Amino acid sequence: MSILVNKKTKVVVQGITGSEGTFHTNQMIDYGTNVVAGVTPGKGGNVFTSDKKTSVPIFNSVKEAVIKTKADASVIFVPAPFAADAIIEAADAGINVIVCITEGIPTNDMIKAYDYVKNKNTESHSVRFIGPNCPGIITPDECKIGIMPGFIHKKGKVGLISRSGTLTYEAVWQLTNLGIGQSTCIGIGGDPVIGTRFLDAVKLFNEDKDTEAILMIGEIGGNAEEEAAYYIKTNVKKPVIGFIAGRTAPPGRRMGHAGAIILGGKGTAEEKIKVMKNCGITIADSPADIGITVKKAIEKFKLKKQAVSGSSVKKKAVSRKQVLKNNSHKKTSLKKKVS
Amino acid sequence: MNLHEYQAKTLLKDLGISVQDGVALKDMMYFDEAVEYLQSKGITKFVVKSQIHAGGRGKGVIYKKDKPDEIVVEGGVKYMGSDLAKAKDYAEKLLGNILVTHQTGSEGKEVSTIFIAEGIDIKKEFYIGILLDRSVSRNVIMASTEGGVEIETVAEKTPEKIIKVWVDPSVGLLSYQARELAFGLGLEGNVFKDFLKFITKLYDAYVKLDASLLEINPMVISNDDKVIALDAKVTLDGNADFRHKEYSDLADTNEEDPLETEAKSHNLNYIKLDGNVGCMVNGAGLAMGTMDLIKLAGGSPANFLDVGGTATPDTVENGFRIILSDTNVKAILLNIFGGIVRCDRVANGVVQAAKNINIIVPVVVRLQGTNAIEAKEILDNSGLNLISATTLEEAAQKVTEALA
Repeated sequence: MSILVNKKTKVVVQGITGSEGTFHTNQMIDYGTNVVAGVTPGKGGNVFTSDKKTSVPIFNSVKEAVIKTKADASVIFVPAPFAADAIIEAADAGINVIVCITEGIPTNDMIKAYDYVKNKNTESHSVRFIGPNCPGIITPDECKIGIMPGFIHKKGKVGLISRSGTLTYEAVWQLTNLGIGQSTCIGIGGDPVIGTRFLDAVKLFNEDKDTEAILMIGEIGGNAEEEAAYYIKTNVKKPVIGFIAGRTAPPGRRMGHAGAIILGGKGTAEEKIKVMKNCGITIADSPADIGITVKKAIEKFKLKKQAVSGSSVKKKAVSRKQVLKNNSHKKTSLKKKVS
Repeated sequence: MNLHEYQAKTLLKDLGISVQDGVALKDMMYFDEAVEYLQSKGITKFVVKSQIHAGGRGKGVIYKKDKPDEIVVEGGVKYMGSDLAKAKDYAEKLLGNILVTHQTGSEGKEVSTIFIAEGIDIKKEFYIGILLDRSVSRNVIMASTEGGVEIETVAEKTPEKIIKVWVDPSVGLLSYQARELAFGLGLEGNVFKDFLKFITKLYDAYVKLDASLLEINPMVISNDDKVIALDAKVTLDGNADFRHKEYSDLADTNEEDPLETEAKSHNLNYIKLDGNVGCMVNGAGLAMGTMDLIKLAGGSPANFLDVGGTATPDTVENGFRIILSDTNVKAILLNIFGGIVRCDRVANGVVQAAKNINIIVPVVVRLQGTNAIEAKEILDNSGLNLISATTLEEAAQKVTEALA
């Protein structure tokens, strides 16, 4: 009913004793996330006690935490200078889902960490790295790994992927208020180097049989939205809805997120929207209309599906002549493919 | 952070890269001294270059600072040969005046520093650029025989003339890749060998400086077959500032909008635009979305302003102050999505801030998320002239009404 994380996910918090780590560990435990361990080098052996008196053992290393608690997901609240090291440590310890919340990690550090984690993937072991500079990932009512407000979510069948934080909350809130739930929401982060791109997340949602529609919230900069759009055009049969923030952003200026910048005329909202529309993605023009656009797209898709199953009944009744004609057409198209 | 050409060259020179030599000055009283120093190094021909954070300087136009319509001289960079009197006269025309190039916008930028550099006789010009290729999450080195031209133009018209190698972060730039670039540029003999050293050191410099862009346009082969960086454009990755404290004094606040500099000192991320609706938002994505919303509502955003994850009374107050110092602002939209932050607390902050500042334009306040209803009550009962909204749609509508 979700991707990557669910109620079985066992979470280790890297940087659990810092102020951010402490605050959000409490929030995650309140939401029902199974937080099994914390890591703060030098504080191993201590116990983190949540506001509601849940005890979480603290270890000196992620490796130790994994051995003792079988944690399979990690969330990183480590300060930027040490975050890349924390990501690599998690990958080395055998963690499957690494979520890095930390903002402001140097790009050259991220290039190394990204490469390292990618190379940890083998046929028998998969590592999924999400972030950095992101709100995290949530499967409503099951597992929240990150800093998003839990209450705005509702369990359901829309998979959401976003480069932003509060804009994602806005979109989720609009969906929830329309009675549309979410299978999983992933904040992929606003940095130029990120572990999970739109394309990766789209593939996961496409394979998840309980995700019925996909919502992509992008912004100016880079071409990750286009990359996903081309994949969607040929591979995704579920309705996909998109919004791109930054139509009014001036070129050459970094709009808060390190990755949100139009360089050399590339990465504009217009360009992205054009490609996405051409690839069959429904675009919400206003951030106020994201929820309603998703609702309409799903309804339209369902109607179309009904119409298609209706028309296939009709097809059975076509004349023999027509069938012959159709078959000869098929043959020529086959020939074309061979040549 | 963007560096000036002279700053970039100093850093590159320290890392063993051959650059065009020169001296930067902010005052003409040091001109003769600078020339004497360069002459003592055997330099006899000179180039005078304006130092601003924008490209296209050579083809730019210098306008008089106090009379913006009066052209002082054409060209912000000039080769002067050995005519020192002419060089001095030209330098005087640059310093303190406004340089307008196709990258500065019509308002241009004040030339507060000039760079007196050695004149080099050039055999051939090339383009070298190092930056992140986001599509593969690796650094890419781009080289082209089309030096001195904007790379975007080359990429558009003759993309086959750009050679690219991607650097594997676990092994760095490899010798065969450096050779690939050298062969691609058609280099031979000693120049070929010099280039291999040049490009290897340049990539090392990119990593050591924690640059996010390093552009040498042009890199030249001199008449005596030397490989030299004739220009240098370096942007440093602000996220790596913590390990480069020594670079903090390279920032040139003259190049920044004073309001943006002030905002930064309050931990606000503000970018000035030229519209009529100011906006204050928590989170960069929502801030961009809000700007788009203003446009759809018939206004035009006056700024981008992200107050960050926690909108405290202080940040809200400073935000209002900064937005209101832009006299084009005819209305303000405050858009906060309260997640972990409670909206009622933000509302109290808004009320407190509004009482301390004389807000002369209509303010639409949209608070959504945790405790949004309580927040609306606080605002409605505050007696302040605030227009409250709960949904984004309603906010957009009220901005339109406020502008009418």
